[in-house]
Amino acid sequence: MNSSRKKEGQMKTKKNEKKTTRRSFMKNLSVAAAAGSAGLVTGGCVSLEKTEEMGLKWEEYFKKNYRLMTEEEKGETVARLERLAKLKGDGDIQMSSQGPRENVLYGYAFNISRCKGYMDCVEACVKENNLDRTSKTQYIRLFEMDSGQLDPTTGDGKYHHEVPVENKFYMGVQCYHCENAPCIKACPTKATWREPDGIVVVDYDWCIGCRYCLAACPYWGRRFNWGEPEIPREEMNRKQHYLGNRMRMKGVMEKCTFCVQRTRQGKLPACAEACPTGSRVFGNLLDPDSEIRFILKHKKVFRFKEELGTDPKFWYFID
Amino acid sequence: MTTNPQKESSFISDCIRWSLSGGIGFKIYLVALLAIMGTGLFSYTKQFQEGLIITGMSDIVSWGLYISNFTFFVGVAAAAVMLILPAYMLKDKDMHEVVIIGECVAVGALIMCLMFITVDMGGPFKVWHMIPGIGLFNWPSSILTWDVLVLNGYLALNSLVPLYILYCNYHNRKPVGWKYKPFVFLSIFWAISIHMTTAFLYQGLPARPFWNNPLLGPRFLASAFAAGPAVIMMVLIAIKQWTRYPVNAQIFFKLKRIIVVSAVINLVMLFSEVFKEFYTFTHHSLSAQYLFFGLQGHDSLVPWIWSAIGLNILGTLLFAFDPTKGNPRYLMVAAISLFTGIWIEKGFGLIIPGFVPSPMGEVVDYTPTSNEILITLGVLATGVLVVTLLIKPALAILLKYKETNA
Repeated sequence: MNSSRKKEGQMKTKKNEKKTTRRSFMKNLSVAAAAGSAGLVTGGCVSLEKTEEMGLKWEEYFKKNYRLMTEEEKGETVARLERLAKLKGDGDIQMSSQGPRENVLYGYAFNISRCKGYMDCVEACVKENNLDRTSKTQYIRLFEMDSGQLDPTTGDGKYHHEVPVENKFYMGVQCYHCENAPCIKACPTKATWREPDGIVVVDYDWCIGCRYCLAACPYWGRRFNWGEPEIPREEMNRKQHYLGNRMRMKGVMEKCTFCVQRTRQGKLPACAEACPTGSRVFGNLLDPDSEIRFILKHKKVFRFKEELGTDPKFWYFID
Repeated sequence: MTTNPQKESSFISDCIRWSLSGGIGFKIYLVALLAIMGTGLFSYTKQFQEGLIITGMSDIVSWGLYISNFTFFVGVAAAAVMLILPAYMLKDKDMHEVVIIGECVAVGALIMCLMFITVDMGGPFKVWHMIPGIGLFNWPSSILTWDVLVLNGYLALNSLVPLYILYCNYHNRKPVGWKYKPFVFLSIFWAISIHMTTAFLYQGLPARPFWNNPLLGPRFLASAFAAGPAVIMMVLIAIKQWTRYPVNAQIFFKLKRIIVVSAVINLVMLFSEVFKEFYTFTHHSLSAQYLFFGLQGHDSLVPWIWSAIGLNILGTLLFAFDPTKGNPRYLMVAAISLFTGIWIEKGFGLIIPGFVPSPMGEVVDYTPTSNEILITLGVLATGVLVVTLLIKPALAILLKYKETNA
């Protein structure tokens, strides 16, 4: 009971502090109601934290689509999610809601002749992006190919042996961040979209889990959380982004985000940084001096399933 | 229209009474349905807690039994138009007698469709994200939003029109034409649109060559207009068997004709698709190869699709050449075989191969888990229960109206 009174007290001070809009009033009211009912049900002996957690979850449930949030609302939800993670025992998360940088359009190029199939990219991606260890989710897959083919669908995506192998070559596939992305068109709730810097993202909290985007993607670039994703606490990456590697929940879609939590701070995606052979090139397509622009200009490049008109921002090239 | 509250409550209470009254056989039937629904609900609570991981679906075959059944029952719902069209547009007296049964079957089928969609969702509590105004409705871009609109609209049309007619008949009044006829005509176009839209869900995906085929929509209609009237025929035979409601032999004759024409068109289209896939075998034919003959040692669908085609042809032939001239038992066998054939072929025979091989060329088999099957059975039992509880009071009202006006 104490806690609910405390909440009401907080609400009052908050109300005095700034002009109350109807929305924020309703929100505060709902927190108070949730907190109050929780207090009533358990007869007041429940811990303060439990009540707080319920209130936060209640507010999270009613929040808007990320794209419609003001900067202030983005800050609030990030703060709530950080607090919820702490209450859950996940420790101190630093979650960012950093927006796209000016004059940036990300592009990726993959050097087929250099890749030796070491899979360091896959491992780095799994760690960086907090991918579910139980289902062994991977955003990146490497296909081992025989000479005479150039289509990963004819390659072996499950090879498990020492590399490199004589007369074999390797192609990495992941989300291609299409400019004309079929997944975005398919989503019934606008839970997935393309950011101004070209990254196709998912608002995990807005996704209803219908999996129409998964059916629409011609590159198998999307993954669904069939169960509750799990990561050992000590392996969790706590530097997170709302649209990126924050912890997902069961029943929602996820995908490669070009490591939005890293790239928007000017770093390379984890896969490109981890690659021991230098096969992975990432950069700003709008910067004429970038390496990616050099490759597009001077190498022979191609894109996968070009005939579908999806306009991927991911090219393959051969030295 | 003036109504007094006394009468209104007696309409509702009478309907409930008529729904539930019946002999011991009927009681056992209801209990059996409730038991199946209960097991389904129990399995669903498990799925709700643990996630869709308890199903047989995966990132490769990401839609399974639920969406297969959804697709098929949209067709059954749409098929009510095959009764509505002759009954109201062509003023067919015989069809007019039973059109209400078609509408009840459509309502039951739609409720099943909406339930299949709900149990397939990862976040059913987030459905409000789709409601325009408080959520974000990606209309007109996403075909799924079109499907939400047309399915709910069709459910409204098919519940309100019969409700109005029955309400009038209950009060021994003739329904006023202009009050419901426009909605009847609307529902005829709407029926076509629900099935075309559902086909477009799949047809519009270049990522899945097996579905990305302009024949899909028309074929959906043809198979629906064969399987749907077959379901309605099964219901009519049951009504003839167990109730006092008169079902004219002419109705079976007319339904049979509709079924034969649709079934033959469906088979022609099936043949056309099979020809395209196998005459010049391309990369895009791999899904059909998987479905009909198996691929890389995976062949779990092969026995199903061949039995489906067998049942399809058998049902069509039984309806086309009926030596018994409308014997209900004979028609029941024909209806069951055609219905089952189309159910398999258009259910998982259509959905699963769309995902196999995956866009990255991987071939896996999909087998529904027992939980998934129990949930599916629960939804089917709910649909059957809804149809039963709607048809019983409807027939009671119509019979009374007919007897007083005879």
